[in-house]
Amino acid sequence: MPPTALIAEDEPLLAQALQAELAQAWPELQVLATVGDGRRAVDEALRLKPQVLFFDIRMPGQDGLAAAAELADAWPAHEAPMPQLVFVTAYDEYAARAFETQALDYVLKPVQPQRLQRTVARLRQALAPGTAPAGDALDAALAQWRRLLAAAGGAPGESPAAPLKVIAASDAGGTTVRMVPIEEVLYFEAADKYVRVLTADREHLIRTPLKQLLPQLDPTAFWQVHRAVVVRAGAVESVHRDDAGKMHLRLRGRPDEKIPVSRLYAHLFRAM
Amino acid sequence: MSSLPPSPVRRPPVAAALYTLRHYLYVVALCCVVAVFTTMMKPGRSYGSQLVYSLCIGTICWGVIEFGRYLVDPKHCHNSPDGGHGWPKGWRGLLLTAIGIVVAFYGGNWLAYTLVGSSTPLDPQDGARDSAMGLYVTIAAGAIGSFFFYTRGRAAAMAAKIAAAERDASEAQLKLLETQLEPHMLFNTLANLRALIAVDPPRAIAMLDRLNSYLRATLNGSRATQHPLAQEFDRLADYLELMQVRMGERLRYTLALPDELREVPVPPLLLQPLVENAIRHGLEPQVAGGEIRVSARRVPHAEGEQLALEVADTGAGLPVGGLPERHDGPSGFGVQQVRERLHTLHGDRARLEMAGLPGGGTRATILFPL
Repeated sequence: MPPTALIAEDEPLLAQALQAELAQAWPELQVLATVGDGRRAVDEALRLKPQVLFFDIRMPGQDGLAAAAELADAWPAHEAPMPQLVFVTAYDEYAARAFETQALDYVLKPVQPQRLQRTVARLRQALAPGTAPAGDALDAALAQWRRLLAAAGGAPGESPAAPLKVIAASDAGGTTVRMVPIEEVLYFEAADKYVRVLTADREHLIRTPLKQLLPQLDPTAFWQVHRAVVVRAGAVESVHRDDAGKMHLRLRGRPDEKIPVSRLYAHLFRAM
Repeated sequence: MSSLPPSPVRRPPVAAALYTLRHYLYVVALCCVVAVFTTMMKPGRSYGSQLVYSLCIGTICWGVIEFGRYLVDPKHCHNSPDGGHGWPKGWRGLLLTAIGIVVAFYGGNWLAYTLVGSSTPLDPQDGARDSAMGLYVTIAAGAIGSFFFYTRGRAAAMAAKIAAAERDASEAQLKLLETQLEPHMLFNTLANLRALIAVDPPRAIAMLDRLNSYLRATLNGSRATQHPLAQEFDRLADYLELMQVRMGERLRYTLALPDELREVPVPPLLLQPLVENAIRHGLEPQVAGGEIRVSARRVPHAEGEQLALEVADTGAGLPVGGLPERHDGPSGFGVQQVRERLHTLHGDRARLEMAGLPGGGTRATILFPL
């Protein structure tokens, strides 16, 4: 069976060009579909279940990062193995970082044939029928996605030397700013244009996006468990898996709430 | 780009010490000249002993003033090149000079006397008149010296201020250039161009020409102060055409410029940031894309006619509650930069209005006197 791929790229000429370059570098690859936005990328990937995804990072609808994060949770791993993910991007902050790491799961636009050759070689190797049991393959694929999303999604620039000690959140009227000590925060949740900051008995809103907030938090104290949720690790009381295999957790201090855990971060809660 | 603190830039300690030493050498030079005068004022004086007196008084006077200014709160001081402690402002400066002169006169005379004895040994009964004369000389020399350093310090502070203003201006210009030549836009355009070369060479050439005039306008534009509105619209057409190659069907645009307004002078690329915002924040996030309409017209106004330049899009619209208050992307900078350029040219008589449109989308309107 020939290998299959999906291309998500909003600029029609670039999508064509990538397909043409792939035809040269990997003649047997079958491109099942080309889509122009992040929502259709998720839908078509779930429908067609390709083995390789080429995702542009900047796309309308939702960007390539969000599409990949959504797909990680929605992918039916018992039906088809997790696809190999490759980001295709023009110069921007992500690409600069990719240059440093020489990661093969990044391809820069305009696509250079030699560079694409190396990526294709890696993909062929990853798709080659291995001896590893299915469970390990899923873990390996998830680890690759996690690494790729972390490299691409991290806030650009240096992370600050000292972690945040206090969160300054304005109340609804915007007339008062409440200073919330970081020790009181149980979790952060991205909600539309705001981030909710939840303590045991209160809720505050801040405008700083989760992506910018995350590098300012002590990584041993706060864990990202979902693309929209960062929890205080010490406050996690229990982790549950439902019949569909979805994970959620409960926190000490907010016993009534079920907090979703993304498949990408499930490895954090494996029993010792 | 990190923004440097405004002037003055603090000198490293060695440079500061050298700076102080140079001050002192000026003082020594002045003392040598003063000693020539005081030697000639009365027969029988030796230049050597006059020089010792002059140096003792001068050194103390300089010391009191040079180091005394550090006792004055920096907020009462002029800025100096070596930190906040320049010459104290107003009466504080005069008082410091006066203290310096009095302390130097008594302290210096005493010190010199212990070192070389009386300055005029032949005529002891003239002591009182001599010391009065010495006081006048000290006051005059002290005043001259202080005035010299005061004006020098002021000139240095002025020069530092000018240098800082120049640096700010070139920083702003660099930032403007960075936003206009946004790497993401440039590299995506090049990637498209590369793709076109293979599939549609004539269109690739047309795109390259557009890119050429866009780059030329961007690189010159930051320098020239005005160009005709027709040229402004041509540059927008270059940019929009480039973007249309990239976005295809998702970008539709119209440029409406009445013939009678073609020659109206405008700052180059004034509308560019607004069109960029319309694409980046209006059309790009939308799967279906949208339409951009740029137009110019005359509008009546109480103080004569005004020119209205409008960039309207059918995009995602303004975020709820207006523009984000803190924005580190180029959009915030773009709008702010348009406002600043308008203000520099027309003061309060020009304005930029941003409004969300009822059916979604945003309209930016620039108004200034014709």
